[in-house]
Amino acid sequence: MRRFYGALAGGLFGTGLMVSGMVDTAKVRGWLDIFGAWDPTLAFVMGGAIIPMAVAWAYARGRAPLLGGRFPPPPEQRLDSSLIIGSVMFGAGWGLSGLCPGPALASATFNGAAGLVFLGAMALGMWAAPPIKARLATPA
Amino acid sequence: MEQDWLYGLLGGGIIGVAGAIYLLFNGRIMGASGIAGGLIDGSGRGDGGERLSFLAGLVGVPAVLALVFGAPQTNITTNLAVLIAAGLLVGVGTRIANGCTSGHGVCGISRLSMRGIVATCFYIGAGGLTVALFRHVLGVI
Repeated sequence: MRRFYGALAGGLFGTGLMVSGMVDTAKVRGWLDIFGAWDPTLAFVMGGAIIPMAVAWAYARGRAPLLGGRFPPPPEQRLDSSLIIGSVMFGAGWGLSGLCPGPALASATFNGAAGLVFLGAMALGMWAAPPIKARLATPA
Repeated sequence: MEQDWLYGLLGGGIIGVAGAIYLLFNGRIMGASGIAGGLIDGSGRGDGGERLSFLAGLVGVPAVLALVFGAPQTNITTNLAVLIAAGLLVGVGTRIANGCTSGHGVCGISRLSMRGIVATCFYIGAGGLTVALFRHVLGVI
């Protein structure tokens, strides 16, 4: 059942990315292009996604997941350099390509060789990240 | 298109329902970089089946939709250097920061996570500066 609901969530996530137009890198870069032809669509996507998610978080309070286990612990409030440095790196790559991990995966089958090159580089980066993160976490 | 915002809102709502299902049934945060990254670096091997099923749905359902309705325009760059640099930055960055647009953005902001909100401000800020620099100053993208 965990796999079934995992696949269902993944499929709906992909469907939402298709419907919203977020697999189009031009729309994503248009959102980031505040000095050019700014495209506000991504804000509506984020807003539309945050509403059901906020309801889910509210429902989860004091309950347990329907398939057993526990809900994630409350979010950590501590900010650290890994969060900032990682987010800046991610944002730079996102701006360059118009791709973030979700849409890059959703469009894997129709993005041609270019999409696969991006995914390969992304996988390599994800594989290389843990030692870099460990170094950032060590106080200088 | 004029109705872009409407499709954005509708698609966003579907993404939010997906995240709600993954949270309420599986008890997990729906973050694309965390789900994929945990498989790649081995940290998520314990629940690998659930992660793989999620990724199969994420890749497979859009593939079917593209077959039925036609593949959407993606306007992906063909500049190899840009693709590789961007892929590496996204891969390393999301794993160092522990999240991307879905994890920090959608799932984090919706429970008022300070880390999610700060991360989102920084990646949107960095993305905006990158597009400004590479499009309007250097003219590369």
